[in-house]
Amino acid sequence: MLDQADGYMTADGRQIGPVVMEMKNITLRFGGVEAIKNISFDIREGEVRAIIGPNGAGKSSMLNVISGFYVPQDGQVLYKGVQRPQMRPYQVAQQGIARTFQNIALFEGMSVLDNVMTGRLTHMKTGMFSQALWKGRAEKEETANREVAERIIDFLEIQAIRKTPVARLPYGLKKRVELARALAAEPSLLLLDEPMAGMNVEEKEDMSRFILSMNDEFGTTIALIEHDMGVVMDLSDRVVVMDYGKKIGDGTPDEVRNNQAVIDAYLGVAHDE
Amino acid sequence: MPTDLLYGAEVVLNGLMAGVLYALVALGFVLIYKASGIFNYAQGVMALFAALTLVGIMEGQVPFSHLINAAFGTDIHHFGWHVPAFAAILLTLAVMVGFAYLVQRFVFRHLVGQEPIILFMATIGLAYFLEGVGDLMWGSEIKKMAVGLPQGGSLWVEENTQWLGFGNEDFYGFFIDKLDMVATVIAVVLVLALVAFSQYTKQGRAMRAVADDHQAALSVGVSLNFIWILVWSLAGFVALVAGIMWGAKSGVQFSLSLIALKALPVLMLGGFTSIPGAIVGGLIIGVGEKLFEFSFGPMLGGATENWFAYVLALVFLVFRPQGLFGEKIIERV
Repeated sequence: MLDQADGYMTADGRQIGPVVMEMKNITLRFGGVEAIKNISFDIREGEVRAIIGPNGAGKSSMLNVISGFYVPQDGQVLYKGVQRPQMRPYQVAQQGIARTFQNIALFEGMSVLDNVMTGRLTHMKTGMFSQALWKGRAEKEETANREVAERIIDFLEIQAIRKTPVARLPYGLKKRVELARALAAEPSLLLLDEPMAGMNVEEKEDMSRFILSMNDEFGTTIALIEHDMGVVMDLSDRVVVMDYGKKIGDGTPDEVRNNQAVIDAYLGVAHDE
Repeated sequence: MPTDLLYGAEVVLNGLMAGVLYALVALGFVLIYKASGIFNYAQGVMALFAALTLVGIMEGQVPFSHLINAAFGTDIHHFGWHVPAFAAILLTLAVMVGFAYLVQRFVFRHLVGQEPIILFMATIGLAYFLEGVGDLMWGSEIKKMAVGLPQGGSLWVEENTQWLGFGNEDFYGFFIDKLDMVATVIAVVLVLALVAFSQYTKQGRAMRAVADDHQAALSVGVSLNFIWILVWSLAGFVALVAGIMWGAKSGVQFSLSLIALKALPVLMLGGFTSIPGAIVGGLIIGVGEKLFEFSFGPMLGGATENWFAYVLALVFLVFRPQGLFGEKIIERV
């Protein structure tokens, strides 16, 4: 077990910090089905951590456990070294864990800018009445939050559609707006559920570039789920591999690539249990 | 100017003001529907309950006095004090917020994710429950809403519009109810405040987020329960305003709860999801029914105001089912 304080150096020379999120012996059941079977792994500050696996491996369930949408029957979640009590998803978000969804959950009726601004909600502290009166602190706060939102919009190159209602955007751009909203929360941990699903090659390249420079420029810790092995291997520092709810591999992309259990899961070998 | 035209203008003016009152009721529906997808059948009863509570508090009535007297053989009805209107309104508001909390805690929290028809049924139950509680708490006799709102026609308007008749002996100037004028001003302020609230404040933004997508709202740190309590409180506040206005107009009595039925055609016209729609719909219905009564009423035997709004709404349903401002729902197949 690694100590809280230490970290490691990546191949491209980035310093990875202490553990931000630690999952300990997580088990999640839906009725009789075990979606996650006794899985442990951790996510370290500043790294890009991937969770991969074939369809139905339990990747999304794992992400939902981290973000509080699912409550595991067994196991502990340690966030920044402290054991997390059972929390509702909005409380998890308030703790600084932002996420995107596999099937895009945006506010379709709002403009892109408004969507990104909702990502700032956890950073708005002034009370309802001073907000309503639109005075002093509330105004300053709104301006500051607006600046952050605009910076992220610039960063993700969606300035041109700032005022467009989200419902009118094509799929690829929606994915990017959702990313912008999550990033606007300036999260300590950013969870991306299949950020590249359904995209063409060009869009995938854009998305990869954004994920890498997000990690690079803002130091954002990212945990992502991906289907596509190739993409994951290029992006991530460490990879957890899941299959049928179990963890079958954990390590650097190279380690995982040469892991026999992983190769079997992806190429398909008869399970002899 | 010919007298007919002047009368017509007067009818339109009065229609506009009646429309504002319809819009007030419709607003309560729109608020809840937008944020939670619930068509709140109880909105009318909430207006009645708020009005009853306000009058009860002002007169120092003992709540549940009949029940208490029957149970303990006492004979108490009044505390013997009078609460000033302003304080009573604040207290009533607190009661409505408490009501919002209870509704969320004991009814809708348990129905999250249910079909809209189930939620609608729950509000029907809520309506009858609240009606009973209102009766039990404050009694069922007709009461006067004496919060100091002006009554009767405005002499000032009448005198200052007399010249429009250009010496015509039959024209005495426009007759406009003072209460309607106050209601208009209050409705305009209320709507502007609501729009500002939902557009510019943190809670307003969270409210719109919840209305749009529950899951996404949770992921940006919005508590659904808190927002729903907030929305029901706002609807309670709008119900209180509507209750005061309608109560001052026609007394606080059971029929007050039926104004909800008047809001239905307004919503069909304006669209269930639009605050401006509720206003415009209210105005169209108000003006439409007054003008129709004025021009065709005598031919049709009068009392057309009772059904005109519904017929107009039916026509709208045929040609524009989503209403004037409603969102068009297109299902992709």
